[in-house]
Amino acid sequence: MSFNNLDALYRQVIMDHYKNPRNKGSLGDGNLTVDMNNPTCGDRIHLTMKVEDGKVTDAKFEGEGCSISMASASMMTQTIIGQDVETASKLSHIFSCMIQGKDYDEENLDLGDIEALQGVSKFPARIKCATLAWKAME
Amino acid sequence: MNNNEVRKLFPILDQEVNGHPLVYLDSAATSQKPVQVIEVLDEYYREYNSNVHRGVHTLGTRATDRYEAAREKVRKFINASSIEEIIFTRGTTTAINTVAISYGMENLEEDDEIVISYMEHHSNIIPWQQLAKRTGAKLKYIPLQEDGSISLEEARKTITSKTKIVSIMHVSNVLGVINPIKELTAIAHENGAIMVVDGAQAAPHMKIDVRDLNCDFFAFSGHKMCGPTGIGVLYGKREHLEKMEPIEFGGEMIDFVGLQESTWKELPWKFEAGTPIIAGAIGLGAAIDFLNEIGPENILEHEHRLASYALEKMSAIEGLTIYGPKEAEKRAGVITFNLEDVHPHDVATVLDSEGIAIRAGHHCAQPLMKWLNVSSTARASFYLYNTEQDIDRLVEGLVKTKEYFTNVF
Repeated sequence: MSFNNLDALYRQVIMDHYKNPRNKGSLGDGNLTVDMNNPTCGDRIHLTMKVEDGKVTDAKFEGEGCSISMASASMMTQTIIGQDVETASKLSHIFSCMIQGKDYDEENLDLGDIEALQGVSKFPARIKCATLAWKAME
Repeated sequence: MNNNEVRKLFPILDQEVNGHPLVYLDSAATSQKPVQVIEVLDEYYREYNSNVHRGVHTLGTRATDRYEAAREKVRKFINASSIEEIIFTRGTTTAINTVAISYGMENLEEDDEIVISYMEHHSNIIPWQQLAKRTGAKLKYIPLQEDGSISLEEARKTITSKTKIVSIMHVSNVLGVINPIKELTAIAHENGAIMVVDGAQAAPHMKIDVRDLNCDFFAFSGHKMCGPTGIGVLYGKREHLEKMEPIEFGGEMIDFVGLQESTWKELPWKFEAGTPIIAGAIGLGAAIDFLNEIGPENILEHEHRLASYALEKMSAIEGLTIYGPKEAEKRAGVITFNLEDVHPHDVATVLDSEGIAIRAGHHCAQPLMKWLNVSSTARASFYLYNTEQDIDRLVEGLVKTKEYFTNVF
């Protein structure tokens, strides 16, 4: 395979989230619902979250889009479930910096799988794919 | 037409992208520019940049002459009767908006109908949606046939005596299908409606004869036909344009200005408020000279040949769906497709890493995407500088893309 440069973008873990998305679906008892779409490409995400006592207790997403946008949504739900709202928004900020290739302080937070999306910063045309779900969460 | 020779006239194509020689297959979005056009723009800014239609100095006269000479080139290119019928605009979008606002607001009433089709580009949908909202008119869509084409029978059912405006694209930017504009115009006229043609994807690729089509308005853009961005044309029959009010007001378009009242210049200048797109128009003139030298008929023939070659090669890729008519002669050089289990964005990214530029997304045609029942597609579009080798590279890239996504993960 002669696509070595692409492997920075399409990491194994990303493709795993794309093919086997975590937290796919819609929460019947969620108390926060957000719909986001990227008008330039038609990607769309429907995000439902359950926030109790300042904590994200559950989150699910549905949508249509490319591997990067769907994997990013899957990873995001995995990362924010169980976090308090403040931490979730910190993670969102860190993610935003990471994806734009800016310096960031991890503040001892566990980024988990989302770190795999770092390579997207080298593909400017795909940054919006990765940030769609996070914009919905904000 | 020798395409390898034509190709050499486009300096941008002689470069490597991501370590591979560039294969540019996104001409339906914007075409590349030949050296003749680039030089004319350079010459204008270096030697006679000046405002037009005012002042008596030599540079101003030279700029005015060249600007108006470009108008005559456009007239001849589409076979309009007179230069009064050629209005320079910012592009197809502005041209269609001008008709919708100026003609539409004056001539439409509640319960009148505007007819378009499911395959239209957003630029030929939203101006009419807005007009319908403002006037209370109804916006109707001609349904498409199985292969994405428009049948005259369906058109006859949709266009009625209540229809005041029919507006259809000449060539689809997604399906590549060439619509029967002359016949549709006849149906519109039988019902007392005017015919507006979105010619953005037609003017670059084929001989346009507005008198033969008999349409009332024809809109197109310079940048898709080897010209610069920011310049387009609205052709309109004189009988309509004379009655229409300008939609922009200011300098250039006036005859006499009083404190409370003003009068307009004659056609076509009453529709060109402000300093016009001088370099753009001159650049478009050079692009038309270039296209004439090659011959619009030769361009279409070349695209049919490439489309036929691409349809054959691409159909052989398992899991690849091609949208639109399968017969090359029914379409211009646009092929829209999807690769099974690989999102079009991912297809475009992988091809880009191979130096191949295609488009992915909804192609500014969301109603059509809905009709196709897809959220987005990939599109390869060809022009006079593309060759069979470009298509070989595309096919090779697609096979690799498929392998990458099925075998590596």
